[in-house]
Amino acid sequence: MTPVYVAADNITSPLGNSTKENFEKVKNDLSAIRKITDTSLSSEPFYASMFANDFFEELESDFTCFEKICIASIADALSGASIKLSSSDTLFILSTTKGNIELIEGREVNEEIRKRISLFDTAKIIAGHFGAENKPLVVSNACISGVLSVIIAKRMLEAGKYKHAVITGADVLSRFIISGFQSLNAMSKNPCKPFDKTRDGINLGECAATIVLTTDKSLSKNILVNGGASSNDANHISGPSRTGLELSFAVKSAMHESKVDAQDLSFISAHGTATLFNDEIEAKAFSNASLSQIPLHSLKGHFGHTLGAAGVLESIFTYQSLLEGIVLPSKNFETLGVSENVFVNRELSRGDKNHALKTASGFGGCNAAIIYSHT
Amino acid sequence: MNNQISITSYILLRNNQIILDGKVIFENKELTAFDFLQAAYDHFQINYPKFFKMDSLCKTGFIVNEILLRDKKLSEEFQPEEIGIIFSNANSSLDSDIRYEASIANTPSPALFVYTLPNVLIGELCIRHRIKGETACFVFDIFDATFQSDYVNLLFETEKVKTCVSGWADYYNGKAETFFYLAETGKENSLTHNSSNVNKIFQGI
Repeated sequence: MTPVYVAADNITSPLGNSTKENFEKVKNDLSAIRKITDTSLSSEPFYASMFANDFFEELESDFTCFEKICIASIADALSGASIKLSSSDTLFILSTTKGNIELIEGREVNEEIRKRISLFDTAKIIAGHFGAENKPLVVSNACISGVLSVIIAKRMLEAGKYKHAVITGADVLSRFIISGFQSLNAMSKNPCKPFDKTRDGINLGECAATIVLTTDKSLSKNILVNGGASSNDANHISGPSRTGLELSFAVKSAMHESKVDAQDLSFISAHGTATLFNDEIEAKAFSNASLSQIPLHSLKGHFGHTLGAAGVLESIFTYQSLLEGIVLPSKNFETLGVSENVFVNRELSRGDKNHALKTASGFGGCNAAIIYSHT
Repeated sequence: MNNQISITSYILLRNNQIILDGKVIFENKELTAFDFLQAAYDHFQINYPKFFKMDSLCKTGFIVNEILLRDKKLSEEFQPEEIGIIFSNANSSLDSDIRYEASIANTPSPALFVYTLPNVLIGELCIRHRIKGETACFVFDIFDATFQSDYVNLLFETEKVKTCVSGWADYYNGKAETFFYLAETGKENSLTHNSSNVNKIFQGI
């Protein structure tokens, strides 16, 4: 099988418009999470990571906010790469949970609106802007969409179906999404605290992140996309597994495929949403997979939960940390608040290993795990 | 050992008909698509109270999978993590999205919100049949037999699944369409799993 490498990337978030800018700000412990008071989104104030209103106006017109950030992210990611979406060798994958859902708010959904918000048409509009030749692939698999998209792209490239893939993960926040998480009592009343004893829920976030993969080693930025797998809890549609065993299946499968042992891992980039259940079950899964001693962090304290973007955004941070030889701390973490004695990283430290694990879990009981390796 | 990947059974729900392995096993042209799902539930004497909580997309996928898998002994032949489900559709969870959106003005309904993700159908099927392996949910404009069969074959070839439920389930605007099949290896005298055969059975040819 042909190895698959990372060629380029971009993060467009409220913290910055490039991978470098986002990475530097996170290294300096900055967070995009702030108190939002906007009655068009929620009658109550809430904490989230959102773009300023004028951000979208600065970007090209004729597109929705969702499409604008996707296009900005892809344009930057491809600016330094010789890979083009207009080539028949390049696959485009859009990873999103709700895309343009805000277009249905307060109006009747006629055929025109249906087509405008259809995720496939949205992906075609975005890919069309770059003259894409191939039909896009849309992955809409709740909060594992991003990690799963990278795994799917890697499998398609390994099998020789394409030479390159452009994967964009994105979601924007709307009343629809915010009210939904509020109705589930899932939102924290403060900046979220993954794995902490006092954690009380998530912060939502907006982001578009893009990873460009290639089978051409000369285009690689020295990162191999190693083994990946998904699994399902078969337990509850909106709550996690009781034991975390199923997430540990995916982790073990990804490690097995990568021929990587626990002692080879520099760190784990956990899903770490800061809900009571997610972090508890994730800690159990890491313990099941004999990874309790590996430093872990969640990036949700910096960006919130960016839904369809999360797995792409956090993957970029994972391999960028490997390239710089560092392990990031888990922001807002103070006192361990899960039953397993996992190693939540408190301070930016040196990482001297060449592999890192990224995991994700989501509604519908889905889990995914992927290993990135420094070549 | 025969490693060829085969389609061992397939089922279609379309225009108020359910067709299993090419034979019409239930039809009722008088009913709405929504009522047809309930009628099928009753006709096949399915007993699964969670059905009544599901949204229409999940019901559409659930009914056909009950029939597809009821005489199969997947849990005896395979470990839960060796079984996969790969599905695609056109309208994502739009039917539930519109229902949830309508609830926001009064009290946003958490029971509706959890169905505003299309992969929740996979979650329901996994719970019902104790399936814990590879899953994925894709959105296309129309069913793509080539992608569907290529991706499922990749999962077999890379040993990520030993058997896989694969297909399409869409529900929107009072129209239900489901097509699922079971892909397995080592079965003699069955249809080869490739895009041409998947497309033929999807078209009902």
